[in-house]
Amino acid sequence: MEIVRSHRQLAAAGRGGGGGGGAGGLPTYRVAPELEVRLEEFELFAIDRLRVLKGIADGLSRGKRPEEMEKLVKELWKAHMRHHDPAETLNKDIISHFVLRLVYCRTEELRKWFLSMETTLFRYRFRLESPESQRMLMSEFQLPYKALPHLEFEAVKDKLSQVARTIGQSATVESVFFKVPFEEVPDLVASRRVFLSKGYAYVAMSQVVSLVVTQFRCNISKALVLTNRKWTAAIKEQEKDRLTPIVEALSNAYFGPDYSQPKDAVEISLKDIDQLAKTSFPLCMRHMLEKLRENHHLKHGGRMQFGLFLKGAGLKLEDALAFWRAEFSQKVGSERFDKEYAYSIRHNYGKEGKRTDYTPYSCQKIISATPGVGDHHGCPYRHFGEENLRAALNKMGISGHPLEDIMDKVKNRHYQLACTMTFEAAHGISCDTGINHPNQYFSESQKVLKAKNQAVQSQAMT
Amino acid sequence: MAREDDKAEAMEIDGEHQQAATTAVPDDFNADYLRIYYGKLFPHGDFFKWLSYGNDGKHPGCDESYVGRREFSFTLENDIYLRFQSFDSVAAMESSIKEKCPFKIDIGPVYSVDPAKRHAYAQSGNNVFVPVERELIFDIDISDYDDVRYCCSGADVCIDCWPLMIITIKILDASLRDDFGFNHILWVYSGRRGVHCWVCDSRARKLNNEQRAAIADYFRVYKGGENTMKKVSLPGAVLHPFLARSYTDVLKHFFEDKLLLSQQLFASEERYQKILDLIPDENVASELHDKWQGNRRSSVSKEDVNATRWEQLKSALQSGKHKAQGLRRCIEEIVFSYTYPRLDMEVSKHMNHLLKAPFCIHPKTGRVCVPIDPDNCDDFDPTTVPTLSQLLGELNAAGHHTDSENDWERTSLEKSVRFFRASFLQPLLKACKEELESAYNAKLQQSKNTLTW
Repeated sequence: MEIVRSHRQLAAAGRGGGGGGGAGGLPTYRVAPELEVRLEEFELFAIDRLRVLKGIADGLSRGKRPEEMEKLVKELWKAHMRHHDPAETLNKDIISHFVLRLVYCRTEELRKWFLSMETTLFRYRFRLESPESQRMLMSEFQLPYKALPHLEFEAVKDKLSQVARTIGQSATVESVFFKVPFEEVPDLVASRRVFLSKGYAYVAMSQVVSLVVTQFRCNISKALVLTNRKWTAAIKEQEKDRLTPIVEALSNAYFGPDYSQPKDAVEISLKDIDQLAKTSFPLCMRHMLEKLRENHHLKHGGRMQFGLFLKGAGLKLEDALAFWRAEFSQKVGSERFDKEYAYSIRHNYGKEGKRTDYTPYSCQKIISATPGVGDHHGCPYRHFGEENLRAALNKMGISGHPLEDIMDKVKNRHYQLACTMTFEAAHGISCDTGINHPNQYFSESQKVLKAKNQAVQSQAMT
Repeated sequence: MAREDDKAEAMEIDGEHQQAATTAVPDDFNADYLRIYYGKLFPHGDFFKWLSYGNDGKHPGCDESYVGRREFSFTLENDIYLRFQSFDSVAAMESSIKEKCPFKIDIGPVYSVDPAKRHAYAQSGNNVFVPVERELIFDIDISDYDDVRYCCSGADVCIDCWPLMIITIKILDASLRDDFGFNHILWVYSGRRGVHCWVCDSRARKLNNEQRAAIADYFRVYKGGENTMKKVSLPGAVLHPFLARSYTDVLKHFFEDKLLLSQQLFASEERYQKILDLIPDENVASELHDKWQGNRRSSVSKEDVNATRWEQLKSALQSGKHKAQGLRRCIEEIVFSYTYPRLDMEVSKHMNHLLKAPFCIHPKTGRVCVPIDPDNCDDFDPTTVPTLSQLLGELNAAGHHTDSENDWERTSLEKSVRFFRASFLQPLLKACKEELESAYNAKLQQSKNTLTW
């Protein structure tokens, strides 16, 4: 791919060039295409694709069901990626993908996000393809699967129909199945959507997307690591006046702020935590603080989610150690705390092990957590039972109409909206941006309270 | 000479407690006893053979660096952790264990490079020190079942609640074999409150984290932290074949024939209310509640109150007026809630989790982490597992025989070591050899082909 300044010479070269446009025009992005891109388009196309990926991220964090995601992806694609000329549409698709690879190859966190969103996008676009082009894509990924022979099919037919019925399909079994090692369809195994026997998964034609997606994901994952190497080794320096500023701006503009470093050198001190929790912590964090004070213990998931949040809110490492030690030592003794738990706290602050400065969890990550026995982390709107959630909101002083509105959002799986409405009810002010990060909740809340304080003070002055 | 020293040590212990039974040693756990255990009883050879997976230098196709890239972690007295220990021979491992006398030995993954030398590789920048192989492991703790057992809580376990662990073994073992096609599965008593499972097939050792998580999720039915009332929900018109089989083969029988009675699940209002809370239809729940509250006195009949109430609950949910799918499923949901395995998911999902080695001694109970035979797990009784002091007592009682090759043959550890060898290690090593052989032949063939070509 060659990026040129402005003269117009866009060839629809994506086809042969490994963009791999299937019949329906779903590329596999295996090789960067041989085509020229104007600098403006470089940026504009990328922004449009980012809009799609952001939309997908929002959909996932709301816990949308597959059918809803399919519809969402279709709409997002139509809204942002269409071009009046079909050949251009394919080019735009491929160009924007490769630009974003540059943008999102640079840190582990960025790669993970991009990989996950691109894979989801591909998954639902694949589902929208015709069987014919699905088969073409399969062969493009060199999936050597042969459909199950009739005799073998008859032997397991009952089990296949049983599985089909558990996922709400009719009992009449599809006729084409592929028998593959279970390792190749982890998502189907995880959700028990396949029949397993002796290490093989029986994948229906309608589920073949999982096989393809595993390949797709694997390819992109490897490619991102390579791109990163090229970026740091050469491109970043070569392009420092041209592409580098665009690439860097792109990741900031849409990824949302990074809360690993508290903004504006805000600091919170140990003695203020309980007061701040009451006024400015989102429900998930209030709940964990409460449980920590009550049990003098939090399990791993809770320590990560809550500990990183406190770090992001501005709690210094020494204070964090003192904070956790004060509680844990009541339960396990300070000696055991120093031996078993202090390490992971320093680790979170980048002082041990890989020395990565870990980023506080976003709502999306928290919502997709799977708390188990004894766990208190996760998103209350998603993981609490209705009774418990009502009680917790009551405790925050929320009742009546606002409470019912929140519960309504929860029922429709709009967990972040429910949290946003809780923010609004608790602060008596509207929050147009919406809540998508617990640290954002915290800093917005602090902003509101400071403004109120100032208003009160200036009133007192006059 | 060493033999004489050992003997002297053992004699001393015996001497201390002459007044009690001659063979008894105090029921304590301490470093001195542990030292004797590691010196005389711990099956170093079998243990190391297991973790070598056939890469023991005898076959030309084997990977000699393999076992030396495995992480061992020792926990010494006073909770001192020694992580990233590694050994390239059984002699090196044995002498380190004997010298350091770890209170606990954990086994970690096989890394890309020798974990003891990881710092030397750290400089190169690229992350070359990464886990590359690890058994698929499961960790089940009975303390995770505290809301459904009334005999014990926390780390305690008794013969009334132990069946919850038997259920876990039966269900996971069957599925790992039948669904996932694994063959080399080792079940181990954790020494106190649960069981560990090691799936050792080479296919299992090579799984990536995503695939491990998928298997753990396949087994996960029990959900939802501390803050939801209903922890099990089974949607869909029918159950997945795995769950259906688990229910009819294991869960239903254990619930109705064992736990219902042993845990007295319906004996008090508090207990049956917890079950009634799982019924989505409030009318049915309150009807049953009223009925049971009313007939408290008349329930002194011969029929057990738990069994009677369970039957009443079932017929209320299955009766004509509640034929709705949701309510019938509710019976299964109750049974699953009270019986289905609860895994520590994080342990299974990642390659680099440590897990306590078999044949360790649990410092709190003094019991040996012995293998459990999944085919006869009904007979396993955690309260009769040999303890450290018991073993040393047996060793003393047997005196000094020269006819047996191993000291463990003279103690009740014999059964466990023999089982480990015959049922787990030998078939495993046979499979490893076959795999080495065929991989080696394929490689030979390939190089031959390229030569002729």
